[in-house]
Amino acid sequence: MSILIDKNTRVMTQGMTGKVGQFHTLGCLNYANGVNCFVAGVTPNKGGQNFEGVPIYNSVLEAKQQSGATVSVIYVPPAYAAAAIDEAVEADLDLVICITEGIPVHDMIRTRYKMQGKRTLLIGPNCPGLITPDEIKIGIMPGHIHKKGRIGVVSRSGTLTYEAVGQLTALGYGQSSCVGIGGDPINGLKHLDILRLFNDDPETDAVVMVGEIGGSDEEICARWIKDNMKKPVVGFIAGITAPAGKRMGHAGAIISGGQGGADTKLAVMEECGIHITRNPAEMGRVMQKILGASK
Amino acid sequence: MKIHEYQGKEILRHFGVPTPRGLACFNVAEAVTAATELGGAIWVVKAQIHAGGRGKGGGVIVAKSLDEVRVAAQTILGMHLVTHQTGVEGQVVRRLLVEEGAQIEREYYLGMVVDRESQRVALLASSEGGMEIEEVAKHTPEKIHTLRIDPVFGLGETDAAHTARQIGIPEASIAAAVLVFQGLYRAFVEKEAMLAEINPLVLTAEGKVIALDAKFNFDSNALFRHPEITAYRDLDEEDPAEIEASKFDLSYISLEGDIACLVNGAGLAMATMDIIKLYGGNPANFLDVGGGATREKVTEAFKLMLKNPGLKAILVNIFGGIMKCDVIAEGIVDAVREVKLTVPLVVRLEGTNVDLGKKILADSGLPIISGADMADAAQKVVAAARGQ
Repeated sequence: MSILIDKNTRVMTQGMTGKVGQFHTLGCLNYANGVNCFVAGVTPNKGGQNFEGVPIYNSVLEAKQQSGATVSVIYVPPAYAAAAIDEAVEADLDLVICITEGIPVHDMIRTRYKMQGKRTLLIGPNCPGLITPDEIKIGIMPGHIHKKGRIGVVSRSGTLTYEAVGQLTALGYGQSSCVGIGGDPINGLKHLDILRLFNDDPETDAVVMVGEIGGSDEEICARWIKDNMKKPVVGFIAGITAPAGKRMGHAGAIISGGQGGADTKLAVMEECGIHITRNPAEMGRVMQKILGASK
Repeated sequence: MKIHEYQGKEILRHFGVPTPRGLACFNVAEAVTAATELGGAIWVVKAQIHAGGRGKGGGVIVAKSLDEVRVAAQTILGMHLVTHQTGVEGQVVRRLLVEEGAQIEREYYLGMVVDRESQRVALLASSEGGMEIEEVAKHTPEKIHTLRIDPVFGLGETDAAHTARQIGIPEASIAAAVLVFQGLYRAFVEKEAMLAEINPLVLTAEGKVIALDAKFNFDSNALFRHPEITAYRDLDEEDPAEIEASKFDLSYISLEGDIACLVNGAGLAMATMDIIKLYGGNPANFLDVGGGATREKVTEAFKLMLKNPGLKAILVNIFGGIMKCDVIAEGIVDAVREVKLTVPLVVRLEGTNVDLGKKILADSGLPIISGADMADAAQKVVAAARGQ
C-alpha cells in the first residue's frame, strides 16, 4: 500500500498541452505504470486532440466522465491556475495536485474558501507533486532516484525532497510514498495531514519530515506527532541561517512577526519526540540509526 | 514588494482612510514649499525608506517653523538612517514626507496579514500603538486582538466595531474606526497585499481616527495585474545585487558571509546555507537558480557572486531533477572561463546525468574541487575559504 496514489490511480492533466505540461506528462507516462495511469488531458478548445495518445478534453468534468480519472495534476500558468483548481473541485475529483509556482495568494484564499465542505483534497500549489515508487509518479520529480520501500517522505520543498530521498535510497531504504506539499503560504494538505496518512499506512514504517522557515505548520504537526504517531519521524528544517523579514525564494519561507524561525521549530519538534537533525546531509543516516536500533 | 509611507497613504486615502495632509519631497526647497502649502504652525518631516523604526533612528523630526522644516530636511535627506530593520550600514534617505502635525489623543496598532492557519486575511489590532507588534506579542499577547475575515462576506460592520471596542476606541469614534478598518481591508484585498500596518493609528483631540503611518508589502506574484502598484517600486531601496538577479529570474539575497552558494531550489538553497554554517563557514548569499537554469543564467549567477569583494570561496550544490547535471556542468565551465574565477570553487552534483556532468567538469582542466555529497562539499568549501 501507499498513501493517496498507487498504480490503480487514474489521472488527468490540466494544462497538458503547454511546454511544461508536455515535458512532465512524458516523464510521468514513462515512469512505472504511467501509460495506464495517465488517461486524460484538459485544455479548453483542444478537446478531441491527443498528446502521446492521451486524449484531450475541453473540461475537467468531461475528462472525468469520459476517462474515469479521479485525480488531476495542474501545470496551468499562475494567472489561471487557481481557476483550474476550482474547476477540479467543482467536478468532485478525489485529489488535485497543483505544480504551478507563483499563484497570487489572494487567488488561493478564494480557492481554499470555495473548497470548504468539498471532499476534494489539494496538494500544493508550488510543489513537485507526489510519487509512489515503482507504481506511479505525478509531478516533476526525477523518478530514478526513488526506490520502492517503507519510508514515507513529506516536504515543503522540491530539490530538498530529492536530497532526502537520494540519501535514503543510497543507504538502501526505499520509500512508500513521497509527497511535496509545496512552499506557498496558502496551500492544501499540510505536514499534519500527510503524517496522519503515513501513520495509518501499514506499509510505512517511518517518516522523514522536511520543513522550512515560515508559518507554524511544523510545530502544529509536531504536537500531533507527540500524542498520536506510532512510527518514528526524522525531521529537518531548512533556513537556520535565514535572516528575518527576507523571503527565501518560496512565498511561504519568511520569518516575520517573530514567527517561523528554524530554531523554534526544531526545539518544538525535538520536544515532541521527533528525531531532528540540523545537518541536511544527515537525514538518511539519522533514519538508519533509528531503524538499526529497533531491529 | 514594499512601498514608501507616502505611497501607502495615497492608497489608504483612495480607500477612504483619513491620513494627515502631506506632500512627498525630494529636496530641501521642496520640503519648505510643501510646509508653506500645507500651512499651519507645526509639521512633521519624515524620512521615507523601506524600513521601520525610523523615529528611533532620528528620521522623524517635528518642526515648529519653516526654518525648522528646512533644518530638519537638511538633516534627514542624505543621512544613513540606521534602524533595527536596515542593518548596521543603514539606508540612505532620498525622499521625505512633510505632513501637518496631528493632535494625538491616543495611539493604537492596526495590522493585516495573510494568515496561513485560517487561510484568510487576518486583522490584528491592539491598544499598544507605536510599539513594535512583535514586542507586544511577546510580552502582552492578550493585548492583540485578531479577527479572521471571511473572504466572501468581507469585513462586516459588527465585527469591525467589536474589535474597535476591544482595543479601547471610545464609543463616539467607533464609526470612524470601522471605516478605517474596512478601508484598509478593501485596500488589502483589491491591491493584493501580503502585509499592511498602520502603526500608529491615532485618535485625535477632535475624535477623528487617522492613519499616522502606512506600511504595505504586496504580493509580487500579483503585480502583473496591478501596474499602479508596480509604479511605486523604488529601486534605490533595493539591494543592487538582488535587482540584477531579478533581471535574470534568479532568486538572490545578499548575506554577510564570505562563501557564496549557487543551488537549484529554494529549500535546498537554504539547507546549503545552513550546512556551510554548520561546518564553521558563513554563507554570503541565498541563490536559487530555479528548475530550468540555462548556461546564461549560470554565468550571470557566477558574475553576481563574484561581485562580492569579501568573497573567499564558492559552493555549487545541484540536485538535478528536471535540470540535467551535464547542462549545469557545461554552464559552470563556460562561466568559469568567462568570468575569471578568483576564488576556490567546490561543486557537488547529484541526480539526472550526474556521471556525464562530473566528466565534463573533470575534462575541463579547470581547478574545480569536487564534493562527493553535500557534507563533503560543505566541509571542502569551508576549508578552501580558510585557505586550507
